[in-house]
Amino acid sequence: MTGTWVAVLATAAGCYALKLAGLTVPPRLLASPRVRRFAELVPVALLAALAAVQSATSGHSIDLDPARLAGMGAALAALALRAPFLVVIVAAAATAAVLRAAGVA
Amino acid sequence: MSAQTATPQQAREIRPVRDGIGLGIAVGISGVAFGAAAVGSGLTAWQACALSLLAFTGASQFALAGVVAAGGSLLAGSAGAILLGSRNTLYGLRLADVLQPRGLSRLLAAQGVIDETTAITLAQPDLVSGRKAFSATFCTLYLTWNLATLAGAVGAGKIGSPQSFGIDVVGPAAFIALIYPRLRAGRTERAVALAAVAIALGLTPVLPAGVPVILASVAALGGALLSPAATGGPA
Repeated sequence: MTGTWVAVLATAAGCYALKLAGLTVPPRLLASPRVRRFAELVPVALLAALAAVQSATSGHSIDLDPARLAGMGAALAALALRAPFLVVIVAAAATAAVLRAAGVA
Repeated sequence: MSAQTATPQQAREIRPVRDGIGLGIAVGISGVAFGAAAVGSGLTAWQACALSLLAFTGASQFALAGVVAAGGSLLAGSAGAILLGSRNTLYGLRLADVLQPRGLSRLLAAQGVIDETTAITLAQPDLVSGRKAFSATFCTLYLTWNLATLAGAVGAGKIGSPQSFGIDVVGPAAFIALIYPRLRAGRTERAVALAAVAIALGLTPVLPAGVPVILASVAALGGALLSPAATGGPA
């Protein structure tokens, strides 16, 4: 049990240190246009990748869960209609929830 | 004050806070799934709560619980979980510019540098809204995620899985919604996002969970080298 506590606290310390490291980077490093551009594009790349992985995979395999995909479809439709942010996420969750409750997906 | 009498100026000031609180609550609820999974893996409820309070980054927390469940090496498990946290370092590079935190506020803000706060902060049109959105999302999500972890760890998961409420779709839908304006505005952004999706999905079958998403940052590197001109986002 003590070993598990060490693992829990080491993970917490490591994760916090990595978060702090990003915020502590010297401003002159970000003055380079290419580094700046990389920092700008990183969230776009990581969040797009994360959205894809969370909506279309499970464990190590591609998993096309119909309710989840329908929820993502609803989000994209709401975005195309210029719906406010909260409407987009509610539409996504509600679509998946209703399909699952109905046993359709 | 009713919505009808709010001026556009007031609406601009309220929106980042309202969106941040909404996102924080919706995503925070999935902490129930973490609490339940952690206890099911053999962590104690206290250890599950300690991870949510101190590590506060979902991917790393699930990764450590998975290693404990599999009876794997705890040292390798911690190292893997920490590796997954490196995503937050990359976010910090960008957020440092918007938040410009100093001293104690930097130590506090650091704990809040995660996927959701980054996405919502960078979706704001200016620095002031960006900082408001960061604080509102961080505070709400921290509170909800930790309460939900506790609830899941003591058995609330048995009442109904977050999935039956569609909570598993909230994260991905929010991420797409928040980068959508950037995707509309820039060709490089669209190419980077598509390449990142291809890298992450292509590597998912062959690499440990979480690693493909980190490697998708290579797409951002490619974009920065091929097209250094900047577009959009707060400052």
